[in-house]
Amino acid sequence: MSTNYFEEDITSLHDALVNQKTTAAQLTADTLDQIQTKDKQTKAFITVAADEAKKQAAAADTQGITADRQLAGIPIAIKDNIITDGILTTAASKILTGFIPVYDATVTSRLKEAGAVLVGKTNMDEFAMGSSTENSYYGPTHNAWDLDRVPGGSSGGSAAAVAAGEVVAALGSDTGGSIRQPAAFNGIFGIKPTYGRVSRWGLIAFGSSLDQIGVLSRRVKDSAIVLQQIAGQDENDDTSLPAPVPDYLAAMDGNIKGLRIAIPEEYLGEGVAQGVRDAIEKAVDTLKKLGATVDMVSLPHTKYAVPTYYLIASSEASSNLQRFDGIRYGFRAKDVKNLEDVYVRTRSEGFGDEVKRRIMLGTFSLSAGFYDAYFNKAAKVRHLIQDDFTKVFADYDLIVGPTTPTPAFKIGEKVNDPVTMYMNDILTIPANLAGIPAASVPAGLVDGMPVGLQLMAKPMAEATIFKVADAFEAATQFYTQVPTAMKGEK
Amino acid sequence: MIDRDQVAHVAGLAKLQFTDDQLTAFTKQMEDIIAMADQLDEVDVGDTTPMYQVTNLSNVFREDKPEHWQTRTQLLQNVPEKEAGLIKVPSILDNGEGEA
Repeated sequence: MSTNYFEEDITSLHDALVNQKTTAAQLTADTLDQIQTKDKQTKAFITVAADEAKKQAAAADTQGITADRQLAGIPIAIKDNIITDGILTTAASKILTGFIPVYDATVTSRLKEAGAVLVGKTNMDEFAMGSSTENSYYGPTHNAWDLDRVPGGSSGGSAAAVAAGEVVAALGSDTGGSIRQPAAFNGIFGIKPTYGRVSRWGLIAFGSSLDQIGVLSRRVKDSAIVLQQIAGQDENDDTSLPAPVPDYLAAMDGNIKGLRIAIPEEYLGEGVAQGVRDAIEKAVDTLKKLGATVDMVSLPHTKYAVPTYYLIASSEASSNLQRFDGIRYGFRAKDVKNLEDVYVRTRSEGFGDEVKRRIMLGTFSLSAGFYDAYFNKAAKVRHLIQDDFTKVFADYDLIVGPTTPTPAFKIGEKVNDPVTMYMNDILTIPANLAGIPAASVPAGLVDGMPVGLQLMAKPMAEATIFKVADAFEAATQFYTQVPTAMKGEK
Repeated sequence: MIDRDQVAHVAGLAKLQFTDDQLTAFTKQMEDIIAMADQLDEVDVGDTTPMYQVTNLSNVFREDKPEHWQTRTQLLQNVPEKEAGLIKVPSILDNGEGEA
C-alpha cells in the first residue's frame, strides 16, 4: 500500500487501515519520513511531533481501527496557533518561545478522541497576522508549486504541507482569509466555517469576532470528514453556536441542478488579474453545465471591507495581545530594571513588526478621541457589509467569485508594503465580517500557478459549499495534478 | 492623519518602545494605513447600528460550580522566572519599593 498523498485521501487510507493493509504506526512512520524529505523544500512545519505521533498511532492500532472511526490512525497537521497539550505552540512568535501548553484546544481534543494522529505544528504569519507566512519568527514557508513564491497566509504552513503531499489534511484558522487564500495559492481546498461553528477554545486569539478554525485538504470530502469531527457547540466557548451539525457527506450527492448562484460584479473588477477572471469565468461555465443558474449581483460595500477589517481586527488584536507581557509564559526580556520595563521590553523584543503595526493601529482606533471615527465607524460599515450579503442570500443559495485577485506572489515582493499586502485580502475579508461560511476550491492554473474559486453560503450552510465544491471537483479533477516543485518527490 | 508624536503616544499606550529610526519608519507606514482607513469617511452609515459580533447570542449561562482543572505545578510550568511556587518579577520601582 502506498502512502503517496497525491494518490490517497482519508477514505482510501481508512479503508486500508480497516482492511489491515497497513497500520497506523506504518502510516505515521511513512508520513514522518515524507515530512522530513519534503519539508526541506517547503519549510511548512515549525514543530514535527514525531514521538507523540508515534504514541498516538500505536494507541490507535491497539484500540483497533473500525469502519465507523474514519479519522482513526490518520495523520493530520495543526496550525501553530492552536494549542496542543505537551507540544510546543508558538503562533510563530518569538514572544511564545518555549511555550508548552498544559491543555488541548477543543479541536485538538476532538481530533484525538477520533483517533487522529497529530504529526506536528505548521508555520504561519505571527499571530495569524499576514497573507504570506513571511511574518514568521521561524522564517518563511515556500509554495509547493514554485518554491520562490509565498504559500499565502496566514495558514501558509498548513496549505503548503497539504499541497506538497506531506499530510492529507491540516487545520488552519481564518480571520480575514487565512485558510482560503493559502488554499487558493497552493491549489487545494480550504474551508472557513460559519463564525461559531467550531469552538475557538484553545485558539490563540487574534480578532475574536472574526477568528474561525477550519480545514485544508487536497480533496473536498476530506475537509468535510474533519469538519464533521471538530464542529459543534462547546461549553468552553460561549460564541460557539448551539445548533446541530448536519451530515456533510450525505449532502455531497453530486447534484447541483437548479442551485441559484450569484456572482458579485465587485469580485471581477479591475483589481483582479485578467488570468484570474478568465479562470473564474471558465469555472462558472462548469457550474452552469452542472445545472446551476448563475446571475450577476452587487455587494456594493465590498471596497470598504479592507479598511473596515483592519480597524476591527487590529482593535480586537490590540486587546487580545495585552496578555503577552513576559510574566506567565514565553519570552521575557533580560536585564530589565523594573516591572514596567519587563512589559515594554518583552513586547518590543518579542513581537515582530507586523504584529506591532496592528497593535498600534488597534490601540489608536480604540483610543480617546478616535474611537467614534475609527473603531465604531468600522463596526457600522461592517453592518452594511453583512446587509449586502443578507439581501443577496434572499434570492440565492451561493455566492461565487475569485478567492484572490492574483495567484501567489514572489517571496519578498510585498512584505515591506503593508497596504498593498492588505489589499490582497479584499475578496476573502467580507465573509469574516459577515460571519458566513466560505471556501476556496481549485479552479485551474494561471501561468503555472493555482487559482481558487471562492464559494460563500448563508450562515450554517457549510453543506451547500461541500455539495458544490465536491461536484466541481469531480468535474474538473484538479487534484490529479502534482505541484511542479514536488514532481519526482513521493 | 497621524504624526510622529501621536505614534509615540500610541506606542506608550500599547507598551511598546521604538528607536528613532523605527519611529520614523512606523510613522510613515501608520500614515498609509490610516489614509486607507479614512476611506470609510465616504460611507454614509445613516442610522446603521454598529455590529460588534455576528452570532446574535447573548448572556450564555452555565452553572457556577467549582471544577478540578489544572494543578499549580501545571499552571506554573511556563513561567519564565519562579521561586518557591510563586511567579518572580522585578520590583515595581527602579530602586526597590518605597524609594519613589
